Amino acid sequence: MSHPENISISEFARRIRKHVIQMTSRANSSHIGSCLSMTDILATLYGKILKFDAKRPDWSERDRLLLSKGHGCAALYAALAETGYFPKEWLDTYYLNGTHLAGHATHKGTPGVELSTGSLGHALPVACGMTLAGKRDGKSYRAFVILSDGECDEGSNWEAALFAPHHKLDNLVVIIDYNKIQSLGRVKEVIDLDPLPDKWHAFGWGVREIDGHDLNALDEALTAVPLKADRPSCIVAHTVKGKGVSFMEDKLLWHYTAPKGDELPKALAEIEAAK
Amino acid sequence: MRNSFLDTLYELARQDDRIVFITGDLGFRVVEKFMENIPKQFLNAGVAEQNMTGIAAGMALSGKISLTYSIANFPTLRCLEQIRNDVCYHDANVKIVSVGGGFAYGAMSVTHHAMEDLGVMRCLPNLTVVAPGDPVETRAATRAIIAHKGPVYFRLGKAGEPTVHTGEIDFKIGRAIQLRDGKDATLISTGGMLWTANQVAETLAADGIEIRVLSMHTLKPLDTEAVLTAARETGAIFTLEEHSIVGGLGSAVAELLAEQLGLKIPFKRLGVANSFSPHIGSQDYMLAQHGLTPEAIIRNMKDLLQAIS
Repeated sequence: MSHPENISISEFARRIRKHVIQMTSRANSSHIGSCLSMTDILATLYGKILKFDAKRPDWSERDRLLLSKGHGCAALYAALAETGYFPKEWLDTYYLNGTHLAGHATHKGTPGVELSTGSLGHALPVACGMTLAGKRDGKSYRAFVILSDGECDEGSNWEAALFAPHHKLDNLVVIIDYNKIQSLGRVKEVIDLDPLPDKWHAFGWGVREIDGHDLNALDEALTAVPLKADRPSCIVAHTVKGKGVSFMEDKLLWHYTAPKGDELPKALAEIEAAK
Repeated sequence: MRNSFLDTLYELARQDDRIVFITGDLGFRVVEKFMENIPKQFLNAGVAEQNMTGIAAGMALSGKISLTYSIANFPTLRCLEQIRNDVCYHDANVKIVSVGGGFAYGAMSVTHHAMEDLGVMRCLPNLTVVAPGDPVETRAATRAIIAHKGPVYFRLGKAGEPTVHTGEIDFKIGRAIQLRDGKDATLISTGGMLWTANQVAETLAADGIEIRVLSMHTLKPLDTEAVLTAARETGAIFTLEEHSIVGGLGSAVAELLAEQLGLKIPFKRLGVANSFSPHIGSQDYMLAQHGLTPEAIIRNMKDLLQAIS
């Protein structure tokens, strides 16, 4: 196990947020809002829930975390660096020429990234394969998949959503980062997903709806899985895009824009002040 | 070919429990023995090829040798991005198997005509592309692709193809098999056209035209040495495939020949025009409509050979 020692989950989340803000600002890259909405989810997973060993990324018994919303990779890289998968200095190279750390989660050369994503709707089927193999081999590892809300438009996710309960994959957990904003607008206006928990429930999943920034609720839900016997679990986490920086919160603009000029110190100061 | 493949695979799977056979809800009366006798090595993924391919990648990344199985374009084109990203980019040990390559399902209409699969699959990095020529090659190729570590596309005909090879063959991925020698021209065949290629060569031999026949069962990596040797030693190169003339064997050979400095070799692709077939009918009927009978191929070849003589 290599959870970050001697720091709270909230401090871990704060560090991830600061890295993300610095990384995207330095690289002038997009998707900062998508990173900040799922930061508390990642901090809880890597801070407490996942069974892993950063020194042995290919340890066969490890829990698998698959970031289906690969565009949120800056937050994932920050969590991986903080847990010791690779040096934190790597984060300084994010999205820059010659880096290992691409603008979508990429496994090549980056220890800890289970699956290269970036095209949406890929990780859940792969996680079905991983957990089915684990079950058939009598292994106890689990797979956690972080989905964006927008990518629930992808049919491949629903193919997998049908498959997993049928095969009783209780070692599979989906967490939906439901920040209500996708590429071109509000989810409600693009393709309304509501009632989203009901849809997963109807497909046969154990479902829980939580505030995705409430660390206690996250801890409780992720510790409680499987939420239903012999069934995969779906945690619909209500989140806020850009969470933690007041001027980024719930704004589509921050799907694309990086903090510039005095936005950078302002954003970092807000994260720091939230202690 | 389908039965040769499934029988060989079943035999291998009984000896190696890493092998998992995943079908997209197809294979009535041919996959039941997997289902009943080795259920932990069988999976029906349902009619959901994207999920099937992702599952295969996930299982392979967890130590399995997984195979996806469906017909015509379903295990390839329907889930192309899953093949590209999840299988090929991760170098996952997945074998993608399509039965009914070409016009095997000719009467089932254009949706079931697999005419672009070889070309599309050949473009993907890390993917080995194999299309055996007869049941003998199919048995050997099945063993070879399972032993090969990494992604493979395996294109099969349907069932009942004639056996071309009469004796033992030395099958190696990436190495063409020379079926007969000749100096006047070389006919390179891939997949189930091998029997036709052999017929063509036999008929031409009776006319005094000696044709070298190569079974190019591996489209990628292409056996460049066999092609270039044929270009040096014989008078013309023809490629023959039950596939569009765009992207498949003909294109692969053309790419190779075109880049050889100083090499001037008459060359022709024999295959299906790059258009949706207006015809509906049995495999033989479809091949005849598209100029792929031995007689039509011979006419085509003679035209070129006479033009250059």
